[in-house]
Amino acid sequence: MDNSIKRIHTLAVLVDNEAGVLSQVSRMFTRKGYNIESLAVGVTHDPTISRITIEVHTDYERACLLCNQLRKLLPVHSVKLLNNDNSIKRELLLIKVATPDIATRNEAVQIANIFRANIIDVSKESITIAVVGDNDKNAAIESLLDNCTILELVRTGIVALERGMNTIDEDTKEKGEFDYGKNVL
Amino acid sequence: MKLKGSDIMMECLLEQGVDTVFGYPGGTVINLYDSLYKYSDKINHVLTAHEQGASHAADGYARSTGKVGVCIATSGPGATNLTTGIATAFMDSSPVVFFSCNVGENFIGKDSFQECDTVGVTMPITKCNYLVTDIDDLASIIRAAFAMARSGRPGPVVIDILTDVTKAEAEYEYIPLEEHYKYGKLATLMKRPTHNLKPHEPEGDIDKLVDMINESSKPMIICGGGVVRARAHEEMRTFANLIDSPVAITVMGGGGFNGLDPLTTGMIGMHGSQASNMGIDSCDLLIAVGCRFAERVTLDVDQFARNAKIVQIDIDRSEIDKNVKTDHHIIGDCKRVLEILNKKLEQQDHSKWKEYVFSFPTETKYEEDGETLTPKQVSDVASEVLPEDTIVATDVGQHQMWAIQHFHYSYPGQLLTSGGFGAMGFGLGAAIGAQIGNPDKVVLHVTGDGSFRMNCNELCTEEYYNLPIITLLYNNGALGMVRQWQSLMYDKRYSQTTLDRGPDFVKLAEAYGVSGIRVHTKEELKLALEAALKDVKENRKGCVIDCAIHANELVRPMVPGGKSITSFIVD
Repeated sequence: MDNSIKRIHTLAVLVDNEAGVLSQVSRMFTRKGYNIESLAVGVTHDPTISRITIEVHTDYERACLLCNQLRKLLPVHSVKLLNNDNSIKRELLLIKVATPDIATRNEAVQIANIFRANIIDVSKESITIAVVGDNDKNAAIESLLDNCTILELVRTGIVALERGMNTIDEDTKEKGEFDYGKNVL
Repeated sequence: MKLKGSDIMMECLLEQGVDTVFGYPGGTVINLYDSLYKYSDKINHVLTAHEQGASHAADGYARSTGKVGVCIATSGPGATNLTTGIATAFMDSSPVVFFSCNVGENFIGKDSFQECDTVGVTMPITKCNYLVTDIDDLASIIRAAFAMARSGRPGPVVIDILTDVTKAEAEYEYIPLEEHYKYGKLATLMKRPTHNLKPHEPEGDIDKLVDMINESSKPMIICGGGVVRARAHEEMRTFANLIDSPVAITVMGGGGFNGLDPLTTGMIGMHGSQASNMGIDSCDLLIAVGCRFAERVTLDVDQFARNAKIVQIDIDRSEIDKNVKTDHHIIGDCKRVLEILNKKLEQQDHSKWKEYVFSFPTETKYEEDGETLTPKQVSDVASEVLPEDTIVATDVGQHQMWAIQHFHYSYPGQLLTSGGFGAMGFGLGAAIGAQIGNPDKVVLHVTGDGSFRMNCNELCTEEYYNLPIITLLYNNGALGMVRQWQSLMYDKRYSQTTLDRGPDFVKLAEAYGVSGIRVHTKEELKLALEAALKDVKENRKGCVIDCAIHANELVRPMVPGGKSITSFIVD
């Protein structure tokens, strides 16, 4: 694979669940002038640690440099550049569609059904659809619903995990090397 | 015992063994200054003319003593005035803890008088920073801040304390320094999964390097700033002698390897010596110790050390492969890595290779007409008159390169220079910090007329505290380094670089209560330096020696940015 081709890279970052940490992490992207395509943050099974999933459009080499700069930050525990083929990615999309007549409503409901999406709110003139999927699936439902009038659309940002037993916390030699520089003794 | 927040801070400073702080008072830090008044028998506060001067002084103190520097400033403009100093310390990995106070809790976020998001402003230029909003966290945060500043790759830490916290009261319990890691924030940091790992043991990596060294017939070493921070100059000397390799020294590496050692090829990079740059170009193994391959060192990265396998020894893993792709790396404190490495190496002989490298000059010769002073003459006379262990603090520009090329440094902390950030105005502040930290040494402040004008207000600090600093002013009436680029690459269009203006530096020095003298020849300079040295010893009085240098003098050699390291445009 050509390392200089720009594409979407997904980074998973484990950080201290503290004030200012997100700001420090996102600053790294600002510094290099990268736009964050997607960002999702939430606490993990350990309440002191949050997991940040970031998507950024760049080439492989720069993505690796970004990871290294992130690993250097004191509140960052580990960083992994997720392999597209070996990870599962999901995003929650909420779409509020205008349904001024029964025909439009039926069409919207049918599309939602095809995508196994849920109708989570209905009013006389609108319905709100919730769908969980990867980028491709969510883009597809969005474009099909384009025939109806989309009033609002919101997405949570991509979250991702590796398949199988692989985790972000693997105790590699490289991780030991990064941790060495962050020793506080 | 129950103490006020500001008193807790003083106690925490004493826990760290701090006896000197630099700073400038103001509205929100008034409680800290009230406590400093109370603790004045234990903590000496040095009042500078400007917060920037204080920040550089704390940095110079840290670099020259190896201790953590401490600097205090008020909210808003006080804190923003520190930023150049913080960034300088950050780029050069100098351990300094900066304290600032912010407005009270009721006023924060309301654009109150002298309010500033100090933590936000300083985030990109600190190793880490803290906003203290709760007095119960204060001691714990200060302890963590000092540990962070000095551990791993050292760097600056900012603690911004809400002014309410400095007057609130809380329980304070003394904890000896060795036990800090058991409590509070540091204990949490120690418990992190990352700290369950033993410090990385690089043994296997070292063995691989030993093999590479044994296979190499043309090895070359770069001594970087990491050697200075780790104070590994002894290990470095043994290492270079064992593998019998030439050593090129970076700007930050000055003092990491003796500049007079026969293995030294001098400075490397844009203004590196021919021996250094030709050596890098032809070597078959390049071992960079504590060097991050800044673009002023590598120039064109694709052609840098093009015939060599590159090995990087660094404490910070993120420096590996950042600027230059390496073939092997070892992570660790370079003192420890070199210690282990030296035990595994056998004496080598590379006479033929050395003969080739040292067939190129290690230092530039300047033409002398016997009348005007050349930059080389200035440093020669100064080296002859001043003691060998003189600490040299420089500003930024041509004089800085001359000082690094022509003075020879033999121990870490002897050369204080803003290598990474390149902050003009660093020198005098740093010299003040160095003189306070090293009262028995002679401190030489090497500056240019452009840099000196930036922070010469600190002459009042020098005079007030009887700091006998000798300022050697390379006065060419120009912003020499930019002018040099304009000469060589902009067809001599000297846009805004001619400084044909005041002040009269002799009168300026006298106005501040230090001696001033202008010299035009080698002989005059020698007499002036001898008199200055006498004044230093007998009267603890500083001096400004204004040396007339011709504006057309160039820093030589020079390789323009982006070109291969051997494409010298001036020899």
